[in-house]
Amino acid sequence: MSAYVAKRGLQAGVLLLLVSLVGYAIMSLAPGGPLAVYLHNPQVTPDKIDLLRRQLGLDQPWYLRYALWLGGLLSGHWGYSYYTGRPILAMIGERLPATFTLMLSAFVLAIVLSFPLGIISAMHKYSWGDTLLSFGSFFVWAMPTFWFGLMLQMAFAVRWHVLPVAGMHDIGNGSAADLLRHLAMPAVVLGVGSVASWSRYLRSAMLEVWGQDYVRTAFAKGLPWRRVVNRHVLRNSLIPIVTIMGLDLHVLFSGAVITESIFGWPGMGRLFLSALNNRDYPLQMAGLMISAALLILGNLLADLTYAVLDPRIRYQ
Amino acid sequence: MEARPLTPIGPPGIPRGAGLRAIAWRRFRRHRAALGGLAVLALVVAGAIFAPALTSFSPTALDPDHSLFPPSRQHLLGTDDLGRDEFARVIYGGRISLLVGLTAMVVGSVIGVVLGSVAGYMGGWVDTAVMRFVDLMLSFPAIFLLLILINWTGGRAPVLMMIAYLGLFGWTGLARIVRAEYLALRAREFVEEARAMGAGARRIIFRHILPNAMAPILVQAAFAVAGAILAEAALDFLGFGLPPDIPTWGNLLTQAEDYITSNPVLAVAPGVVITLTVVAVFFVGDALRDALDVRTR
Repeated sequence: MSAYVAKRGLQAGVLLLLVSLVGYAIMSLAPGGPLAVYLHNPQVTPDKIDLLRRQLGLDQPWYLRYALWLGGLLSGHWGYSYYTGRPILAMIGERLPATFTLMLSAFVLAIVLSFPLGIISAMHKYSWGDTLLSFGSFFVWAMPTFWFGLMLQMAFAVRWHVLPVAGMHDIGNGSAADLLRHLAMPAVVLGVGSVASWSRYLRSAMLEVWGQDYVRTAFAKGLPWRRVVNRHVLRNSLIPIVTIMGLDLHVLFSGAVITESIFGWPGMGRLFLSALNNRDYPLQMAGLMISAALLILGNLLADLTYAVLDPRIRYQ
Repeated sequence: MEARPLTPIGPPGIPRGAGLRAIAWRRFRRHRAALGGLAVLALVVAGAIFAPALTSFSPTALDPDHSLFPPSRQHLLGTDDLGRDEFARVIYGGRISLLVGLTAMVVGSVIGVVLGSVAGYMGGWVDTAVMRFVDLMLSFPAIFLLLILINWTGGRAPVLMMIAYLGLFGWTGLARIVRAEYLALRAREFVEEARAMGAGARRIIFRHILPNAMAPILVQAAFAVAGAILAEAALDFLGFGLPPDIPTWGNLLTQAEDYITSNPVLAVAPGVVITLTVVAVFFVGDALRDALDVRTR
C-alpha cells in the first residue's frame, strides 16, 4: 500500500509540474503581455515601460522566468503581483477564508440534501417522487449556473427582500447570522449540482447493492428493514460516492469562480479573474496551480479512500 | 393448382424483420421525455433557421427611443437597454449558440474518434502515448487553462477560436470510450477477415470497425453538444466568451444582469431557452443510450 501511495504521489508531482510548464508557456507566449495597457497611456514614456519590463523580469525569455518562478514556488515564495506589487501568498491568504467558507457550506449542503434524496429515490424506485427527482437532476445540470443565481437574486433579494443581493457582510455587521444570510444563495448555487449528481449516484449504487446476496441473507436472517438499509446497503454504497466527492472538489473550486462573480463574494475566484484581465502572471499561475492541485489531489484521495473503505481492493 | 414460380436454390434469404434502425426507433419512442425533447429541439432549431421569417426586427439594430420596453404584441419579449428586440435576439442568438455547440462537438468528436480508434486498434506504445496524453489533459483544470488561452485574443474569443477551444477540451471522454470499443472489436472475426483480404490499418479502422462503434459515439456526441452550449454561455458570463456585440444566449443573459429590476423578462427568457434546449438534448441522449443499447461504464 505505501509503495502504491508513493508511486501515485510521485505521479501527481510530475503531473503538477507538467501542468505548470504548459500553463506558464501558454500564458507567457500570448501576444500583448502585462505591459500592453501602458502602451496607449501618454503619461508612460517608452523609457518607463522599458524600466518596468526589466524590473518585472519580462525582458528574459519565458523559460528562464519559468525556472525562477518554479524555484520560488518550491521554496514557498510565490512572487509579487504585477498589478498591486503585494506578495501573492498574502493576497491569496486574504481571500482564502471566503472561498473556503463558500466551498465548505456548498459541500455540507450537498451532503445533507443528497443523502436523504438518494436513499428515498432508491427505496422507492420508479415512484413519482423518484421520477420527479430524476427530472429535477436533469434540469439542474441543464441550467446555466449564473442564470440560476440570477433567478434566485430576482426572487429572494429583489422581489421578496428576504436575502441580501450580494456580498459577504453588511457593513459593520460581523455576526454569524448576517454571514449565513449572505451565504444562503451562493451556497445553494454552488452546491445544487453536487446535490443532483451525488443523489443520483447514491441511488444507482444502492440499487446495485440491493441485488447482492448478502442483502437477501440479511433480510432472511430476520433483521429489521431499517438496519439492513443502514448497515448493509448504505454502507456498501458509500464507496463510489466518496470517490465522486473527491473528484468534485475541483468542480466546486471552478464553480466558485462563477458563483463568486454572481454574488460579489470576496474570494479567490474573483481574484483570479481579475488577474486574468490584468495579465497578472504570478497571480494567474497561483490560480492555475491551486486548481490543478485540487484536481490531482482529489483524484488521488478518491483512489486511496477507495482502497481504505473497500478491503476487496488491493493496489500494488 | 396454382402456378408457383421456381425459386433458385441457394442460401435462404435474410429473414425480413425490422431493421436495426427501426428497432432503435421503436425503443427510442418508449421514452416520452425524449420525444418531448425532440419536439423542443425541432422548435429551437426551426427558430434559429427561420429567424428572419419569424420576426421583422433585427437582433442588433439600436432603437434608443424604445429601450427597456416590457413584453407587448409588437415586442414579444420586450426590448433591452439599447432598444433591441429581445425576441429577435433570442432566436438569432440561437443561431450562434447552437452553431458553436454543434461544431465544437464535431471538432471534439473528430479528435476523440481518431485518437481513440488509433490507440485502441494499434495498441502498444501508440496506445500508451495517447492514453497518457488523455490523462494529462484530464489533469488540467479546464476552466483556468481555457481562460488563459482566450486571453491570447484579448479576453474575448472570435467564433472560430471559441469552437476550436471548446473542441480541444471536449474530446478526452470520447477518446477513452472509442478506445475501449476498438479494443473489444479488433479481435472479432470480421476484422480478421478484412485483414486477411489485405485491408490496410486505415481501412480497417475507419471502414470496418468505425460503423460498429457508432452507437456510443452518437450518445457521447449528444452530451458533448449540451456541454459545449453550457460552457460557451458560462464563458460569456465570465467576460471571456464571444464578443459582447454578438447576440448569443450567454451574452443576452449577461447583459440582462443589470436590468433584473427594470425588465426581468430579459434575464428570464434566454435562461429558459438554454435550460430547455440542454434538457432536451439530455433526454434525447439518454433515450439514445437505451435505444442503441450502449452499456454505461
